Amino acid sequence: MAKQLMKGNEAIARAAMLGGLDAFFGYPITPQNEVPEYLSRYMLEEGKVFVQSESEVAAINMVYGAAAAGFRAMTSSSSPGIALKQEGITYLCGSELPCVICSVMRGGPGLGSIQPSQGDYNQATRGGGNGDYHVIVFAPETIQETIDIMKEAFDIADYYRNPVMILVDGLIGQMMESVDLTRPVKKRFLPEKDFATTGTNHHNKRNVVNSLYLESAELEAHNLALKKKYDKVIINDTRYELINMEDPDYVIVAFGTMSRVCRSAIETLSEKKIRVGIIRPISLWPFPNRAFETLEAPHLKGILVVEMNLGQMLTDVIVANNGKYPIGFYGRAGGVVPDPSNVVDAIVHFKDLVVK
Amino acid sequence: MPKGILTFETEKCKGCGLCVAFCPVKILYLDKSTMNQSGYNIIKITDPDKCIACATCALMCPDSIITVEVNN
Amino acid sequence: MDIKYKKTNGLTDTPLSYCPGCSHGIVHKLVAETLEELGVLGETIAIASVGCSVFSYKFFNVDAVQAAHGRACAVATGVKRNLPDRIVFTYQGDGDLASIGIAETIHAANRKENITVIFINNCIYGMTGGQMAPTSLIGQKTTTSQTGRKSDVHGNPIHISEMFSQIEGVAYLERVSVCNPRQVRNAKKAIKKAFTYQMEKKGFTMIEVLSSCPVNWGMTPVDALKWIEEKMTPVFPLKVFKDLGDEKNV
Repeated sequence: MAKQLMKGNEAIARAAMLGGLDAFFGYPITPQNEVPEYLSRYMLEEGKVFVQSESEVAAINMVYGAAAAGFRAMTSSSSPGIALKQEGITYLCGSELPCVICSVMRGGPGLGSIQPSQGDYNQATRGGGNGDYHVIVFAPETIQETIDIMKEAFDIADYYRNPVMILVDGLIGQMMESVDLTRPVKKRFLPEKDFATTGTNHHNKRNVVNSLYLESAELEAHNLALKKKYDKVIINDTRYELINMEDPDYVIVAFGTMSRVCRSAIETLSEKKIRVGIIRPISLWPFPNRAFETLEAPHLKGILVVEMNLGQMLTDVIVANNGKYPIGFYGRAGGVVPDPSNVVDAIVHFKDLVVK
Repeated sequence: MPKGILTFETEKCKGCGLCVAFCPVKILYLDKSTMNQSGYNIIKITDPDKCIACATCALMCPDSIITVEVNN
Repeated sequence: MDIKYKKTNGLTDTPLSYCPGCSHGIVHKLVAETLEELGVLGETIAIASVGCSVFSYKFFNVDAVQAAHGRACAVATGVKRNLPDRIVFTYQGDGDLASIGIAETIHAANRKENITVIFINNCIYGMTGGQMAPTSLIGQKTTTSQTGRKSDVHGNPIHISEMFSQIEGVAYLERVSVCNPRQVRNAKKAIKKAFTYQMEKKGFTMIEVLSSCPVNWGMTPVDALKWIEEKMTPVFPLKVFKDLGDEKNV
């Protein structure tokens, strides 16, 4: 058990290297600066590629180039920077290129704040680019979980030939926790990168990485093929955790930092003889609908969605719940991080928070 | 003077006329009476014997449809 | 019978999608011939930009990556940094390079990325039907400067090569044109030098090629080449702006 104290952002950087990172392209933006700072040193020390780009737009397109050439490429940024990368991300999906994108969320909209937030749930799961595409989005709640998912992220990206996003917030990025970098990673059979543009001397046919299909029937066929891939992701890589779910009076739905706050809240609530469980989505896309479809709770009074935004995952929960239980919402925005007592009050006053 | 033999991939000719304009011995013309699949008037030679195999036509052709052979 | 001139193996058999007389075809040929003559076709990765030449990935007989509009130099950076011994070039028009992609291009040069940029300057947006470009001339009528470009309304033609000549990372930079056989031959020499400097890892190389757009200029292909000579070259003088190999002009 090789435990060490690590800052979230640096853990992300080291875990990415442990996950086989070949090339990193980034741009300064708080609260994720330690990711490029850490990598600017250690990537070059290991003879790997590091470039600080002129903008987040340039960075994601450098990732696109490196991925097209068959390398494990990554960029990291925060909310406004991720907004700038949206076109590049849809190109990566359209051209079926693997990569990892780390987003360390901060308050929005606009320049917003540098405090932690979950205001980019829709940006991450719906995407701001054009066309029918999805990024596979994981939202860890601890630095340890961030490391474990990051070490697996390139395999998942390569397996599906699609971008994978690690979505954390400024709090996870900035705090320090004791972590173990040596945990084993699930092995996957990874397809050959025969698409890579490395020069026709280095493989047989001429490789072209492209997302342009002027023939609509051809583009539709391409879209349907992408959809088949995304359906496979839904079946194989939907991830969630159920906490304290034996016959609950209430269920909280929360992810990332928010689920950690709620873990403390449900302990206080159990002292008040109120049994509260937590459904914790780990993959935000694909959203864990199964957790709601299989929810059997005879004494359940309602589901409380708790987010650091004004209701984004709320929509997915309403859809997944399909009218079965009353849904309540408690959210804070702008970088305000609720503490356990706020969540306790919200459960106690659930009726006032029910969403019509 | 070396003698040139020109061959044209007429199906890919777009009748742009650059070769006609820059041929130093002025032996190329666009045949208004014949069209290729794409509907372009295609390139023809008036007097093949005058071709000096300078390959200027091929140099200027945007679609690389001209091959120039020479027997010196 | 000896072959004096035949189509290069650097181009695929796909017919070019360009309009009759468009000089994209000439420049494609010069680049393809150069890569073939340098023996690097199998080691080259082309970065296609967005514009009329977006389809260049179908025409160059090399591996290719199609980049988002304006981002070719960033994509090229991503490829070249990971494959430093391969030849990487971008092929971009004036909309892609001088407008939306100017930041990516300047910073690739400033980072001394060892890539070659083929910059086609035809003073117009061709693919989208003839809009004004940053390089459009004063007085030039386009679909977005319908009574002619005016300096105090639309600004002035942007001088890319002049701007880039200030960047230390640039190893070779020349502006050429393809308006007549002599210029075409000179353009090929420049292109060959740029790729040679890349092979010698000298740094960022760029060739700006004054080119024609007969359809959107509303001229015959032959008149369009004359327009380059008479109207464009006075505004965009043809010269070598930077040559690291040739010490005297440093």
